[in-house]
Amino acid sequence: MAKITFIDSNKIEITVEADSGSVMELAVQNGISGIDGDCGGVCSCATCHVHVAAEDMDKVGAANEIEQDMLELDDNVNEFSRLCCQIQISEQLDGVTLTVAAE
Amino acid sequence: MENSVLPDSFKQARESKGIGKVEDQNDPVTMVLGLKDVRKCAHNWKTFQSGAKPGRIVIPSEVNIRETRQIPFEVDPPAHKGFRDLIDPWFKRPLESDYQAQLKSIIDDIIDHSLQQDSVEVVGEFALKLQSRALTVLLNIPYEESELWIGWGKHVFRSEDTDLDGDKAAILYDYIDAQIDKTAANLDQSLYALLLNSEVNGKKLSKEEIKGVMILTFAGGRDTIINAVTNSIAYFSEHPESLTQLAENPDMSSIAVEELIRYFSPLTHMGRVATEDTQVCEHAVKADTRISLCWASANRDERVFENPNEVVLDRKVNPHVGFGFGTHNCLGATHARQLLNILITSLAEKVSTMEIQSQQDNVEDWGEFQRKVGYDSLNVKFTARKY
Ligand code: HEM
Ligand code: FES
Repeated sequence: MAKITFIDSNKIEITVEADSGSVMELAVQNGISGIDGDCGGVCSCATCHVHVAAEDMDKVGAANEIEQDMLELDDNVNEFSRLCCQIQISEQLDGVTLTVAAE
Repeated sequence: MENSVLPDSFKQARESKGIGKVEDQNDPVTMVLGLKDVRKCAHNWKTFQSGAKPGRIVIPSEVNIRETRQIPFEVDPPAHKGFRDLIDPWFKRPLESDYQAQLKSIIDDIIDHSLQQDSVEVVGEFALKLQSRALTVLLNIPYEESELWIGWGKHVFRSEDTDLDGDKAAILYDYIDAQIDKTAANLDQSLYALLLNSEVNGKKLSKEEIKGVMILTFAGGRDTIINAVTNSIAYFSEHPESLTQLAENPDMSSIAVEELIRYFSPLTHMGRVATEDTQVCEHAVKADTRISLCWASANRDERVFENPNEVVLDRKVNPHVGFGFGTHNCLGATHARQLLNILITSLAEKVSTMEIQSQQDNVEDWGEFQRKVGYDSLNVKFTARKY
């Protein structure tokens, strides 16, 4: 089990648990405001953009090239940006905090 | 066996130059072909605008057949955002379960009916009917209204021998005018009523603006859905194993829809007008000339997609631009995705084989490129799955 904390687009903090699937799916199932997941998680829509807490970057890891190319054109991109459909849930993610990026 | 293939017509030009050229009514277009370049230009709305003269960003240009500005399509930021913020929630209704149930009943009806025929002409008898009936759900108006739209035939803007037909387009414009007046006199729960009741950017919408939204909803969602549905039927006719794969893995359907959209790219390209002298792929683009963002070419870019010319239904990373990219990304995408998802799920449940009996390809002519985008007609025999 991994506990993941989201700070949604209304700045509300919500912690949820899961052991598999993608972080985007987890967010959508739990109605996290600001994560739409329009493309179902294939890295085509960028409606699942989060900023990873600086101290959690090691646990979450960096975006690959295809994801980078999507993020590069997002107005709210920063060094902590990830498209969370590309983050798979595992024990390793336990305790991370993800802030939904503004639109 | 290769009847359902949509070849990549842009490969050579994309690899050698990154652009293509097409003439159109003395207003030539530089087509942008690579995925990264298409995304960059779509993102850069200041240099490549949509808010040009109404009709100019469409290819072939519609400047000679309409004056109404299509909204939000032909509006740039920041005004664009006001319109999107107003209508986005409406176009997210397809996520609701009773909306999906209505779509399912429309789709199941058409499939059940098709299973009883010796032969079905899929464009007119299946895709057009499905598209029209589903649009009544999107607009939240009575189902019966779809009979009139089906009667307009496969093309609202085109006739047999010409790509642009002002008289045919006028039928749609007059119809929408009349519907706006009718709704204004008697407000209901439809999209027309929402628009009549709303303010955007601090002002009530004018009738011309409401018309601009409604025309776009009719035009943008017609050929695109018809192409997507018809191509899907053709594809599964030739790949019964894929239909079985879907029947066994229903969870796969949403990523399968993304892959079908990538491969079919039902909208080939869309234009922009340069606001300054600039360049794409080292080719000069002069101010006040047109480029186009070629979604169909970008979606086969071998630098991004492995086996770009194969349909890989469970493709997991699929950064396609079939629904556009950035500011003007498709407003109807939620509706289209649900519709296609329910369609392929129901086909997998109910149909064992579909056999193509005859077909007439619809090949678009873009100067140096000839692109098959779908079918003018497709005759198919549907056979039920036996349990
Ligand atoms: C499979 C079906 C569809 C495909 C492939 C598709 C494709 C696209 C693409 C590529 C764009 C971007 C155009 C641009 O950047 O200039 C777009 C925009 C748009 N589409 Fe779709 N479309 C589909 C279905 C629909 C439907 C069903 C509707 C509505 C009934 C619709 C309404 C719109 C509108 C209103 C826009 C403009 C949005 C804006 O400017 O903000 N589309 N579509
Ligand atoms: S859900 Fe579409 S890019 Fe992540």
